[in-house]
Formats: sequence, C-alpha cells, structure tokens
Amino acid sequence: MTAHDAVLRSPRRRSVLPGFGISAAITSVMITALVIIPLAVLALRAASLGPAEFLAAAWTPRARAAYAVSLGASLTAAIISSLCGLLVAWVLVRIDFPGRRLLDALVDVPLALPTAVAGLVYSTLYVERGWLGRFLVPLGIHGAYSWLGIVLVLVFVSLPFAIRVVQPVLESLDHDTEEAARMLGASRVQTFLQVIFPAIFPAVLTGFALALARALGEYGSVVFISGNMPFKTEIAPVLIVSRLEEFAYAEATAIAVVLLAMSISLLIVVNWLQQRVARNAQ
Amino acid sequence: MSIHIRGVSKSFGTFKALDNVSLDVPQGTLLALLGPSGSGKTTLLRIIAGLEWPDSGRIEEDGEDITDRHARQREVGFVFQHYALFRHMSVFENIAFGLRVRKAPKQEVEAKVNELLHLVRLDGLGARKPAQLSGGQRQRVALARALAIRPKILLLDEPFGALDAKVRVELRQWLRRLHDEIGMTSVFVTHDQEEAFELADEVVVMNHGRIEQRGTPEEVFEHPATPFVMDFLGNVNVFHGRVEKGQAFWHGIPIDYPDYPHSQARPARVYLRPHELDIARAAAEQPGGNAATAAAVTGSLPASVLRIARSGAISRVSCRPDGSDTELHVDLPTDTARDLSLQPGERVTITPRKVRVFLPDPEYVI
Amino acid sequence: MSKPTITSAHPLTHGLLVAAATGIVGLLIVVPLASVFAEAFAEGPAAWWRALAHDPDTRHAIWLSLTVAPLAVAINTVFGVATAWLVSRFRFPGRSLLITLCDVPFSVSPVVAGLALVLIFGRQGLLGPTLESLGWKVIFSWPGLVLATTFVTLPLVVRELIPVMEAIGPEEELAAVSLGASGWQVFTRVTLPNIRWALLHGIVLANARAMGEFGAVYVVSGHIAGATDTMPLRVEKLFQEYRTPASMAVASVLAGLALITLVAKVVIERRLEAEARELEAARSLPDTLDTTPLDTGFSTATKGLTS
Repeated sequence: MTAHDAVLRSPRRRSVLPGFGISAAITSVMITALVIIPLAVLALRAASLGPAEFLAAAWTPRARAAYAVSLGASLTAAIISSLCGLLVAWVLVRIDFPGRRLLDALVDVPLALPTAVAGLVYSTLYVERGWLGRFLVPLGIHGAYSWLGIVLVLVFVSLPFAIRVVQPVLESLDHDTEEAARMLGASRVQTFLQVIFPAIFPAVLTGFALALARALGEYGSVVFISGNMPFKTEIAPVLIVSRLEEFAYAEATAIAVVLLAMSISLLIVVNWLQQRVARNAQ
Repeated sequence: MSIHIRGVSKSFGTFKALDNVSLDVPQGTLLALLGPSGSGKTTLLRIIAGLEWPDSGRIEEDGEDITDRHARQREVGFVFQHYALFRHMSVFENIAFGLRVRKAPKQEVEAKVNELLHLVRLDGLGARKPAQLSGGQRQRVALARALAIRPKILLLDEPFGALDAKVRVELRQWLRRLHDEIGMTSVFVTHDQEEAFELADEVVVMNHGRIEQRGTPEEVFEHPATPFVMDFLGNVNVFHGRVEKGQAFWHGIPIDYPDYPHSQARPARVYLRPHELDIARAAAEQPGGNAATAAAVTGSLPASVLRIARSGAISRVSCRPDGSDTELHVDLPTDTARDLSLQPGERVTITPRKVRVFLPDPEYVI
Repeated sequence: MSKPTITSAHPLTHGLLVAAATGIVGLLIVVPLASVFAEAFAEGPAAWWRALAHDPDTRHAIWLSLTVAPLAVAINTVFGVATAWLVSRFRFPGRSLLITLCDVPFSVSPVVAGLALVLIFGRQGLLGPTLESLGWKVIFSWPGLVLATTFVTLPLVVRELIPVMEAIGPEEELAAVSLGASGWQVFTRVTLPNIRWALLHGIVLANARAMGEFGAVYVVSGHIAGATDTMPLRVEKLFQEYRTPASMAVASVLAGLALITLVAKVVIERRLEAEARELEAARSLPDTLDTTPLDTGFSTATKGLTS
C-alpha cells in the first residue's frame, strides 16, 4: 500500500483534498446533459418506432446501400491508414534524417485542419483541371466525386490516429530483443515478423479501430468530394442529413441508431484491445 | 504538545492497515515508528497529520479531541517522503507558502523565510527552483516549509529514505540537534532500525497494523518483546530448540528459561545475535588456554569455520555447528579477528553470551 | 519525441523508407495544404482580401466562429479540469464508467450528435415547444452551435489532463492542505501551475477542433447565411454556389489557423516533455551537489520556533 493509494479513497467522511463535491457536480451535470440525455433521447425515439417501423426506416435499399458505402470506404481507408501509419511511424521512430521533426509535426495537420477544408481542397485537387487530377483523370483515375474520393479523404482524416497510436509503442520497444534475434541468425524480415510485429500488433489494431471509428462518423470532408449519389457514393451520415432536411425525423433517427451501434461496438472493441495491451505490458 | 492515539483502526478495502492502535507521545519526544512496509506506520503518521481519516478511534492533542479536525487546521508540520515540494515555486516561495496562505504581512514573511533559510543552511539559495537542488537540500527545504507555520507537532515520513548514505548520516545528526534545540514533539517513520536507534528518544516497532513493542532504543534492542522485533532488528541467528522444566536447550546447551516450568517438552525458537557470541579455537588445538576460556567451553558449541568476511570494523565468521545444517554467524571486531586469524575448516567453539528463547505460542513470550 | 534508435539497415533501404514516408505525408497532407493557399491567392492578395472582408455573410461567419469556438472551449475547460480532478484525486464507484463516457463523443458521428440535439431542442423535439414559448431558440441559433461544438470537443481537454495529473500525484496538494491552504488556494497556487501546459495543449486542440467542426454544426445550424453559418459552413456554401475562389479564401484562413495551432502544439509539447523529465528527475536524484556543511550551531535561528 503506497501513500498515493492511501489518499485516493472514496470520500467517506470528508475528503482531505478539497473539491470532491463541486467537481462531481460539474462533471455529472455536464456528462448527463451533453452525453447521456442526447444519446438516451436518440435511443428512446428509435425505440418508440416499434420494430416493424424501425426496420422500414433503417433498412430501406438506399439506407442499406449507404451503410455498405460507409463501411466499405471506412474499412478500406482504415486499412490504408494503418499500413501507411505503420510505415510513417517506423520511419519517424527508427531513422534519423533531415526534416524528421517537420515530418513529425505535419502528421498532425489532419487533426488541426477543418475537415471541410480538407474536403474542399481534395475535391479541387482531383478534378480534371486539378493539380493531381490532370495526371490521374487521363489514366481513368477519378479521385473526385467518386468512391475513391471518399476513401482518399477518409485516409486523410484517420491517418494521424493510426500513426500516433503505434509511434509510442515502437519507441518503447526493447532494442535488445531485436539485436538478440539478429545475433541468433534471424534475417531482417524474420526479425520484423517474429519479434517486432507481435509486440506492436495490439497497437496497430487499436490504431485501426480508432481510424475506423473516425472514418465511419466523418461527414464534413466526404460531403464535398463524394458527389453524394444515392446507391453509389452516399454515406450513412449524408443520408441522415438529407432525411433530416426532408423533416423525416423517424427515418433519420433509425439510421443514426444503426450508425451509432456500429460506432459503440467499435468503442467496446477499442477498450477491450487497450486493456489487453495494458495487461500484456505488465 | 503531546499526542494521544486511542484505539485507531483503518482499513483500505480488505487490507487492515491499522488494527486498534493506541499510543501516547509525550511533549518534546522524538519518536520513531519503525517497521517493514505495509506495517501501518505511514498510515498512522498520516492519520496524526489529518491526511487520512481513521475508521474508528480518536486522536487527541493535549487531551483535546482533534479526530474530526481537517488537516488544514491541525497545525502539524509534515515532511513528505519525496518532499512534495512545489515544483514551480522557488525555494523561498515554497517556505513562504504556509505564511502566504495565512495572509501574513509581507515583511514578516520575508524575515521569517530568511530566518528559516539560515536555519536549514540554505542562505542564498532562496531563488532556486527545487529541481536545481540536491536531495539533501530539498529535504531541508521541506523541513523549513513545515516549520514555517510554527507547527505544534513535526511529522516526517521516511525523512532520509531518498538520500544517499553519506548525506543521510549527516542529516540525521543535524536533525537530532535541531530537535534538541526546538524541543518540538516529533514523530518520524522509518524502516531502517539504525536510523531509528540513532535518532529517536523512543522507538515504536510496528507490524501488520499493530504495535509490537514500544521503548527506548536500548530497551527495544536489549529486550525485544516478540520474535518479530528480534527478527526485524537486524541480523540474528535463528535455531530450533526445545524448552522443558525451566530450561531451554540449544544443541544440548542448557539456557535458563523460568517462564516455562512445565515438564512437557515444547519446541521453541532460539535467537542469537551475531555480536553476542564468543568464538575461540577448539581446546585441542589450544592447549595453553586459560581458566576463563575453559569455563566458557562447558556451555559452548563445537563448530567448524566455513568462511570469514571482513567488512570494515566488523568481521563476520560463518560456522557450521556440529550436527546442524544451519549456518551460524559470529560478528567480532576486525582487530580481534585478525589476532585470532582463523582459517576456513578450523575447529572452533562458540559460546553465547546472551540467548533469547521464544515459544511459538505467544502466551509464553518473555 | 525521443531520438531515433538507428537500425543498421542498408542506407538504400533507409532512403527508400524515408522517401515512402515523405511521399505519403507529402501527397496526403502537404500538397492539399499548399494548394489551399495557392488557390486562395491565385488572383492575388487583393482579391483574397475582398472575398473575406467585402462579403457581409463571410464576415458574419468569421465573427460567429470566433464567438462559438471560444465559448465551447471555455465550457470544456471547466469540464475538463473538474473531471480530471475528480478522476485523478478520488476513488469512487462509477469512476471508470465516467472515463468511458468522456470518450463517447469520439465514437459518435458528429451528424448523429447534431441529430440528438435536434430531437431534444428542435421544433418537434422534447423541449423545443417549451423553449419556443419562452422565446428561447437553441436549434437554428447560436446556443445550438455551442452545444454541438462542446459535444464534439468534450474529450479533448479532459484526456490531456488525466494522465498528467495522475503522473504528478496528489502529494503537492496534500502538502498545501497541511500548510493551511484552502481549496481554492490549493487549486490556483499548486494544481493549476503544475498542469498549465497540459491544459493549454488541450485547449489548443479543442479550439482547433471547435473552429473546424462541420457535421454537428451543419445539422443544428439550419445553414442560414449571415445568421448561423460558421466559417466551415461558409466554405461549403460558397463552394455550392460555385464561388470556389471565395470558398478557398475562407478555407485559407482556417488552414492558417490550423498551422498556428500546429506550431503552438509543437512548442507546448516541448514544454510538456521538459516538465515530464523534471518530474522524473525530482523522483530519483543522485546526491552529488550537496556540499553544505551542517555542523554549525543554530541557536539564533531557532528562536521563536520553540513551541
């Protein structure tokens, strides 16, 4: 029992440290007002529909197509982000080169840049007259107003998550184990696959899940670039908004609950993964 | 100010940190709470400071119940184990903190802090940040900060734990002198018996949330009340023996043990301190031995030397008593050891000057 | 970020890896960022300035963003500090549930969050009619924008503070209490100076996210030019109206803010790393500097200390 643990106790009588009451009050009021009540209202509104009505609202062909586009593009983007993220993280942690710090700082741009700006600029880059489109469109690659465009912006918004989760784990890797493996005659590829990858795999998985969660919910950038064609390039959040603009609240709510269910199950997976990582680290 | 702890208990979940502890600390005493980690000594100190609430029991100061008084109002000086100095404040501001929060006038604060800086021998270092100080200096800042509020009681949690050996000894002597000068009732926690014995007027040995023994360093060392105290206070040889009819037997050597007059033999544990053993060459190889040696030999144990280790002023001879698998350690002054010049494999006799016997049943503990 | 551990790979392999990483970051991040400014200034700074300053709706959007984002960040700062204090200094039932709840906004689509607010405060929502009869308007008005922005940025401050406060531990605050400090004094004199860089880091991140929030704000704003359009919404509207240069001009302001955010972030992170090292050093310390002689009398100094 350390002294630290000894202080951190439930304030049965009066706590020695001040501020339990006021901070508990602020926290519970704000969490209730901002998180619990909105999500509860959403759930109640969906529940009030009844199963048949809910299904009719949430499972229309257009909605199913939107889920498919959302899931497909998000999964693709998260996979690309994870792979690119692993490579960038590896280079940032393991190789010293001029401009390393700049590259490290640039990785955070997507966290700071408004997604609307990203969407806007991506759509202008990949159109026929755009900086990149002028080379790609003649080759038949349409990066704007297409499924590919959705994936591109989703990679942009989710890349920092994939990098920042893996980076600290790579930094904390025990270098000796690697060297031992090398000295025992393992090749570079063998060392990576058998020594390094198992150690960072949980982090890569967590980064993947975070990237996926971010991509699934993304709206601002996609709305610019996708063209929002029903059945083709319409993602679930865009469908929610267009239902809302038609004042079809029930349908919007039902679709939102399906999207929320996807995100919450992801959160559970992320938590479970993080606990596993923590357990393994001990 | 005297402190009276009355029947204090405290649990953390299922862990019982303090179990019905009562203790009086008279005015002006420097008292050590000594015990292994998890013995409850730090919890007791924090309860006295008001940093922890007891589950039951009371704390009194000069007869006044202060159990419900918040730490803020206790007027206790507390020196934390890692000092808990305010990292972003200068040394001066650290010491001034208690005065500033009491809205003391500026000049008074300045005079007082400078006085304390002088007291702890940190004149001229007031502008430094804690990070720029050595461990010993930080410790003295923590002490000055605690003293600034004119506490009635000074409490120190492992005050020397984080320091290296040389600084520790120096600071210990300095703190003792400071205490003698100020005469404030002080309690400190330590797991180091040497520290407790050197510094304290009285030592309280704790284990598993209970007080095992309380007394002056000499009392505790010479007359340990329980096997735990015996074990905890440094090196000891432990052997299995038996008691019957007022005598304990260790390798056939009888030792008076009047507390157990019964005729039925019981197993007992025999404790011998390494420095309370005499060692001599076995008689066969020492024909000219004088009468005193010869007399000792009658209560002596034959053994053979395994190895000799010299560490400074004390040398340790490891022996194996005949017919035993347990090693026996004998400490003797290095000069004596040199004169004796024992070699591994030699035959010796070992004579205990003092033996302590404990029965497993606490009813018969002396 | 610590110094890289150099592997002994072939320089060519290194070169290829660095080129690949630079290529990924360049193509995905640098080229788009550069093109914002290139497009915004394509017709010169004067045109850029006209697009921003001479359009009243754009001016209003800039003003609205500069009002809504700080409000949301301020609310989040209060929430973040209170929650981090609660979580890092006390143990109570439901503590880990609370930590999970703080993270929920990260996994809820902003559009869904906006919809939830519409369901509560909208004209057909739970509280909408009541609020309307009182003359209060939340949806299609700035309070809705603040609520939506607060929701999406909710985890940012608290997530920065909890690990830092856990690492610092409660001992300094306990020391302040035992020296007689009141709760407010403990907070302002001890806690706040210790967490100031972490707090600033969280505020900078939350502000960047708040300024740029689109989905949640889009849903609750009603998208009324000159009334409820924030800067990102204005970017979209101008784009829909085929006024791409004007849209790019607004976007370039947002991108400029993002760059300032990044620089601030790097500077703050250096401070944070320095403080973490200091904290480490304070916990374990080789005692080599101590040369002060201690064996001198103290009779003069102890006067007045005797109790």
